Amino acid sequence: MKVLVCISHVPDTTSKINFTNNNTEFDKSGITFIINPYDEFGLTRAIWLQEKQGAHITVINVGTSETEPTLRKALAIGANDAIRIDAEPTDAWFVASQIAAQAKEGGYDLIIGGRESIDYNGSQVPGMVAAMLGVPFVNACVGLEVDGGKATVIREIDGGKEKSIISLPAVIAGQKGLVEESDLRIPNMRGIMQARTKPLKVVAPVESERKTKAVLFEKPASKASVKLVDPDNIEELVRLLHEEAKVI
Amino acid sequence: MSVLVYVETWEGKLKKASYEAASYGARLASRLGTDAYAIVLNASDDASVLGKYGIKKTFSVKGEHFQHFHNYKYVEAIAHVAEQIQAKALVLSGTFTGKMVAPLLAVKINAALITNVVSDPQEVTPLTVKRSAFSNKGFVYYESQSEVNILSILPNALGVSESTGQGEVEEIVHTPETNIEIQIVEIDKVKGKVPLPEAEIVVSAGRGLKSPDNWGMIEELAEALGASTACSKPVSDMHWRPHSEHVGQTGITINPQLYIAIGISGAIQHLAGVSGSKTIVVINSDPEAPFFKAADYGVVGDAFKVVPALTEAIRKFKAQ
Ligand SMILES: Cc1cc2nc3c(=O)[nH]c(=O)nc-3n(C[C@H](O)[C@H](O)[C@H](O)COP(=O)(O)OP(=O)(O)OC[C@H]3O[C@@H](n4cnc5c(N)ncnc54)[C@H](O)[C@@H]3O)c2cc1C
Ligand SMILES: Cc1cc2nc3c(=O)[nH]c(=O)nc-3n(C[C@H](O)[C@H](O)[C@H](O)COP(=O)(O)OP(=O)(O)OC[C@H]3O[C@@H](n4cnc5c(N)ncnc54)[C@H](O)[C@@H]3O)c2cc1C
Repeated sequence: MKVLVCISHVPDTTSKINFTNNNTEFDKSGITFIINPYDEFGLTRAIWLQEKQGAHITVINVGTSETEPTLRKALAIGANDAIRIDAEPTDAWFVASQIAAQAKEGGYDLIIGGRESIDYNGSQVPGMVAAMLGVPFVNACVGLEVDGGKATVIREIDGGKEKSIISLPAVIAGQKGLVEESDLRIPNMRGIMQARTKPLKVVAPVESERKTKAVLFEKPASKASVKLVDPDNIEELVRLLHEEAKVI
Repeated sequence: MSVLVYVETWEGKLKKASYEAASYGARLASRLGTDAYAIVLNASDDASVLGKYGIKKTFSVKGEHFQHFHNYKYVEAIAHVAEQIQAKALVLSGTFTGKMVAPLLAVKINAALITNVVSDPQEVTPLTVKRSAFSNKGFVYYESQSEVNILSILPNALGVSESTGQGEVEEIVHTPETNIEIQIVEIDKVKGKVPLPEAEIVVSAGRGLKSPDNWGMIEELAEALGASTACSKPVSDMHWRPHSEHVGQTGITINPQLYIAIGISGAIQHLAGVSGSKTIVVINSDPEAPFFKAADYGVVGDAFKVVPALTEAIRKFKAQ
């Protein structure tokens, strides 16, 4: 079984977000980059497939050389090899086209991505990859079992869960539930050493258009300071919610 | 040229989030000087009600192929109608279903997809819209490079705009061609509750409540307000509450009109999922709790006293 795990290289969850160059660029200074948390759940689930079902795990990122430490970390966690498509990820369509091209070449049984990247929050790359390949797509996936040419998947739906059986190859976009937080692995020394010599292939991008352009960034307006209400006069809160905020 | 809105259903009924998408589609159509149409699949409700939100005509697709959600079949039907009416802009809501559909649809009709949309377009040519990004810590204006566009609206970000129109409904048949099979084995749904991402009011509680046995007062407050309940991550990790209630960076993102956070400290990862709420009320015994910085209204006090008092006050207010 061959599994491709898509890794998005994103600012750490505690990062303060700033913009630069007249708010036309995201300011990377002082930012620590990590494996997108949703991808880490998927990667860990893939490692289980490797350990228990002999799967071969390839991780892929579309990005410039600065994303290599993130790919090396995925290798240290246990992926067998890595591919970096050497290009600035200019929009979801472009990124999906690159991954789909690699997937076609590699003949993967399963492609695992994340529900969304925590930077651009697009929720679109894995679905586009699936459609470009013409294979099943499951979003917000919280359960995955692979058995021969089929997978049993559980996905979140509004107010509940849906379990279904799909045939492989397929693309899933995962999140917590695929594995739990306590299952996530911190690379050990041996893993880090091995990762240095595992293959990391750098590939030139295929020709692809882009369909969206980020023209301007903006920070949320800062909140006016909180209005405190005396706990012994809670009717005042009800009045404010009704008359001032107009939400009840 | 026209605008097409994909209207979702929930157990056959039209979803509230879809009225928001319909309103958006109608406003966009009027700026483009054209009409807004809708497509609904497997609906039991009368879709003519969409006229109230500015939809001229709804195509209602029925039949055995659409009884269960199947993203590729749904996408085919939507693409089919889009082609018929020459839709240049498609609008849908960024719900779980919306996210299963939108990326496939974009590839199918070769369109630009812009998700998490939080405002009407700044420009219509080229289409430029504001979207939420960086997990609620920023916004990005996207300019489309494509002739055909799909806009996925962040649920609750814009609300509905009603008028008085009456919409037409046309039933159509579509036989999907996809050979992708999805065999649904089991659906496990909490009955009768508003799905959290759709709720207008959310009452949420955290570790400050100390034990799962103390959630009675949270549910009573939620009931008094007609709200859904949510929780912080540690609370769902400890199985005090189901995972489906977990909001934040690693849980569900919500944008209700009113979010009431009780005994939640306001960690940055929690805020990532809730700071899009219109109004935030924080009830916490610690005046230094970081959540107060992100709140509109705050009550410094013991939840075990404040919450029952608030429930009482809400009930009195509702009785008036
Ligand atoms: C310098 C720079 C400029 C940019 N300019 C634009 C722009 O003009 N317009 C625009 O639309 N976007 C722009 N982006 C955003 C960038 O294109 C996003 O990475 C891309 O849109 C995918 O993000 P998403 O939020 O849509 O991913 P999602 O669809 O939310 O990601 C879901 C999953 O897809 C996979 N995935 C996502 N991205 C990658 C990747 N790069 N490599 C491997 N797997 C991945 C991961 O598994 C991830 O969990 C820019 C980014 C950078 C760094
Ligand atoms: C990668 C990552 C992702 C994460 N994702 C999420 C996420 O999606 N969602 C999320 O919620 N967290 C997330 N977290 C965890 C987050 O950092 C916090 O640890 C968590 O939100 C804290 O939950 P809490 O506020 O319920 O508990 P605490 O931080 O323990 O806060 C409890 C609060 O209750 C108050 N309190 C105590 N007693 C009372 C009383 N009697 N009356 C009133 N108030 C009282 C206290 O003053 C305190 O402020 C994530 C963390 C990481 C590292």
